[in-house]
Amino acid sequence: MNVVAPFEGIGASVRRKEDLRFLSGRGHYTDDINRPGQAHAYILRSPHAHAAINAIETAAAQAMPGVVAIFTGADLAAIGGLPCGWQIHNKDGSPMAEPKHPVLAEGKVRHVGDPVAVVIAETRQQARDAAEAIAVDYTPLPAVATMQAALAPGAAQMHEAAPGNLCYDWHIGDKAVLDAAFAKAHKVVTFETTNNRLVPNAMEPRAAVGDFDPQSGDYTLYTTSQNPHVIRLLMGAFVLNIPESKLRVVAPDVGGGFGSKIYHYAEEAIVTWAAGRVKRPVKWTADRTESFMSDAHGRDHVSKAELAVDKDGKILGLKVHTYANMGAYLSTFAPCVPTYLYATLLAGVYTTPVIYAEVKAVFTNTVPVDAYRGAGRPEATYLLERLMDVAAAEIGMDRVEFRRKNFIPVDAFPYQTPVALQYDSGNYFATLDAALEAADWKGFEARRAAAKAKGKLRGIGISTYLEACGIAPSAVVGSLGARAGLYEVGTIRVHPTGSVTVLTGTHSHGQGHETTLAQLVADRLGVPIANVDIVHGDTAKVPFGMGTYGSRSLAVGGSAMFKAMDKIIAKGKRIAAHLMEASVEDVEFDRGTFRVAGTDKTKTLTDISLAAYVPHNYPIEEIEPGLEETAFYDPKNFTYPGGCHIAEVEIDTETGKVSMVNFTAVDDVGRVINPMIVEGQVQGGVAQGIGQALLESAVYDADGQLISGSMMDYTMPRADDLAPVSVATHTTLCTHNPLGVKGCGEVGAIGSPPAVINAVVDALKEYGVKHIEMPATPAKIWNIINGGRKAA
Amino acid sequence: MYDFAYHKPSSLADAAKILAADPDARAISGGMTLLPALKLRLNKPTAVVDLSGISELRGVKRDGNTIVIGALTKHYEVATSADIKAAIPALAWMASTIGDTQVRNRGTMGGSVANNDPSADYPAALLALGATIQTSKRKISADDFFQGMFATALEAGEIVTAIHIPVPEKAGYAKMKNPASRYSMAGVFVAKGPAGVRVGVNGAGANGAFRASEMEKALGANWSPDAVAGVKMDAGMMNGDIHGSAEYRAHLVSVMAKRAVANAG
Repeated sequence: MNVVAPFEGIGASVRRKEDLRFLSGRGHYTDDINRPGQAHAYILRSPHAHAAINAIETAAAQAMPGVVAIFTGADLAAIGGLPCGWQIHNKDGSPMAEPKHPVLAEGKVRHVGDPVAVVIAETRQQARDAAEAIAVDYTPLPAVATMQAALAPGAAQMHEAAPGNLCYDWHIGDKAVLDAAFAKAHKVVTFETTNNRLVPNAMEPRAAVGDFDPQSGDYTLYTTSQNPHVIRLLMGAFVLNIPESKLRVVAPDVGGGFGSKIYHYAEEAIVTWAAGRVKRPVKWTADRTESFMSDAHGRDHVSKAELAVDKDGKILGLKVHTYANMGAYLSTFAPCVPTYLYATLLAGVYTTPVIYAEVKAVFTNTVPVDAYRGAGRPEATYLLERLMDVAAAEIGMDRVEFRRKNFIPVDAFPYQTPVALQYDSGNYFATLDAALEAADWKGFEARRAAAKAKGKLRGIGISTYLEACGIAPSAVVGSLGARAGLYEVGTIRVHPTGSVTVLTGTHSHGQGHETTLAQLVADRLGVPIANVDIVHGDTAKVPFGMGTYGSRSLAVGGSAMFKAMDKIIAKGKRIAAHLMEASVEDVEFDRGTFRVAGTDKTKTLTDISLAAYVPHNYPIEEIEPGLEETAFYDPKNFTYPGGCHIAEVEIDTETGKVSMVNFTAVDDVGRVINPMIVEGQVQGGVAQGIGQALLESAVYDADGQLISGSMMDYTMPRADDLAPVSVATHTTLCTHNPLGVKGCGEVGAIGSPPAVINAVVDALKEYGVKHIEMPATPAKIWNIINGGRKAA
Repeated sequence: MYDFAYHKPSSLADAAKILAADPDARAISGGMTLLPALKLRLNKPTAVVDLSGISELRGVKRDGNTIVIGALTKHYEVATSADIKAAIPALAWMASTIGDTQVRNRGTMGGSVANNDPSADYPAALLALGATIQTSKRKISADDFFQGMFATALEAGEIVTAIHIPVPEKAGYAKMKNPASRYSMAGVFVAKGPAGVRVGVNGAGANGAFRASEMEKALGANWSPDAVAGVKMDAGMMNGDIHGSAEYRAHLVSVMAKRAVANAG
């Protein structure tokens, strides 16, 4: 019987290959790794936000049971600090302040959780016991917990290399042209807002195991990373001075990253270095409390935006001033987040002819801030999409019509924005119309009235957004200060019997690459995905790669695989031509079958791979045996997903509690490889966006203590905080990568927060509310309602 | 956690003896409060006395017009007990709203009562229902038992064994959960029973669970949601934090009282 295999290629909602392992508790995470003879590390962290270290007394701790070694900043002073991967330049052309980020504190601590010493012991418990016996003599210093405090005259100075606690004062755009545009404005609308600081809280806390082989001198680091090759490069070259050939970095199954596992963290360097010192494997695993005070946080902007519009509601110009919190030190990619991943997005989906933005990055006595799902783009989108609503209300124009009037026309692509980016494709009218239809925007007033009858306030909010991902063209980012290239690498290894192993430099930590990337191979080479194995996360196996963030895995990593498959097909055609005694030009290939054009002469991929590895009848003079190809792909541009999100909320006026009642997302993510996975990615992103809008906030007190330092006080979204998220896609293809894909990992977190807040403000409009800061908690809303009632 | 001795006595007398002999020993029931504190090294007992092996602390029964709930009864068991659902459905519903599935299948009523967390649910219910707490030594009325934040009438070595609750004519509960912890931010339990009309409040008070006497008066005169909705609470008595001010909590108490009466029917 001829069984027709189910279609597994591009466009098929294939079930995730990795889920059986994850859902049945068989994932293999860093903390599951135990090496023979392994010792355990416990990191002693600063309880102070800002303090001088006068002395560290370790003798008593050294004598505790099971202690192998104790190291402090003095032991590590000779090695490098944690490097920053991006250099921003000030308005005057001078480079940003880049103070040293010591692996262990040197003379001073600068945030609660700053690592001060490490104890290596036989057990984790013993290491922790001994750490409590270390006496650190601190002189507490005044702390600057907010950017306002850090920039105030006479503020405590955190770094000698950063006078005034300023990291950089950067700008983009032409201020003179902007001023001219503003001079002609019918109206200038001003909007100020804070983008709340978030704690990423991946389900799996960070962990690291360092191993050292005294025989070979080889180091291995197992770590919870989104990009093991980047960690090898940064730690090997800049911190520990270990050549790549002597350092292997493995990132096995990783339980969520959202950006927080991109960066090179102190603990990775500590366990690797310590393993070499104590000649034993050393393991460290964070508990949740440590995660709160040591994982890089996200967002934390304070901004003022001014929008100039003409009398017809056409936008003439946009001016933005933003303060961006860097925290105590520069995390790996922190400086680029509020600049090139933020201000370049301020055109959004609109034809704003001139934009000028200035950004001051500020050091504070808080955990370092870096990219978190969306990175800069959610901050830009929130500012812009809230501003669009505020402006529409001020000029008395319908908020949807105001947006539509300013959309970039469908025939204007490629579209050059005034802030460096060139959008390749998009149709914002189509995603808007589809979302309005799906959310029944027209029927909303009836639903508002029905809610009112039940004593509830109902509101609807919209966000028409765009983002730039598929990060990134190396030459472009290099010119903007990146200290790395951002291409990707893929190897296609066709085995003798036709099964395929893919080596990819991207890394899956929840995204489903083992399925999606296998679908690319199934679609192109006709190999069932069961016979396609995706290998990632190990520098000893994968040639190179820059990892996964910025929705780049498919657009950049998938394109590298596509190019490698081009080479496989080209070589296969030459082998097929030889076997079928035809000329190469006459051999066609389609999904696993080589055919001599216009004939019924065919060879399967398996015939070809077998011939390549058993080259008895083979063009050995012309080509090498074997069927394995590697390609590096450097993208020509960013990709530009966009779309429309619509949130519908209901507010309990007695308690102030907001309930999400509906959420509609219509996104253009380019070609969709696996619709089920795209739906899940968008829903997950929207959940985080709703979290930012309604629930999450990292709160420091004036002394720099993290008040929301546990799940008891930091509100993570739960299932009952969310609404059903309806996800649809409307595709315009990316024009510059071979797959036509744009990326879907971040759109949910980028597009949704302003839609939710716009809905909350809409619900509260009868109270005269023009804005509410995130998170819109029950207490905050009750205060507004209560104040409104008092005034009335 | 730090090292500690572990005891699992099979009789109440043995447990009481160990606890009386060592003031730094701690009793553990479901462990839903003590275990996290141990893991965070916030608590350093010399010994942990596991009560789960003491069969005389188990079981729910109806004894005439009183419901008797053994101290080891889990929240899940309170929520699903046929006797409690028939006699005091508001208490069964309250239990079903505590924590999550895991907590409800570990945490016990006796443990929660003995701990008297200001944000725990039960103390407000026991105050409103005029319950009596039976211990290894004596019987204590709820009014005397709950003495402010984490403070009770329990003496060293004294163990809660059962809770006796007179069956009310009607009772209702409503709460606003803390968005992060999901503990009660303001919860109100109202009851009309042998002990009269009583109102217990959890979550909001600056000094733990308390009875709202103004509300009791209002409800005594007129058992209706509107009667309590108008009773303003004193914000000076309330707790404030990053999740809500004292004023907000004072307001929530009035709202939850109104809803609790409505829920009571």
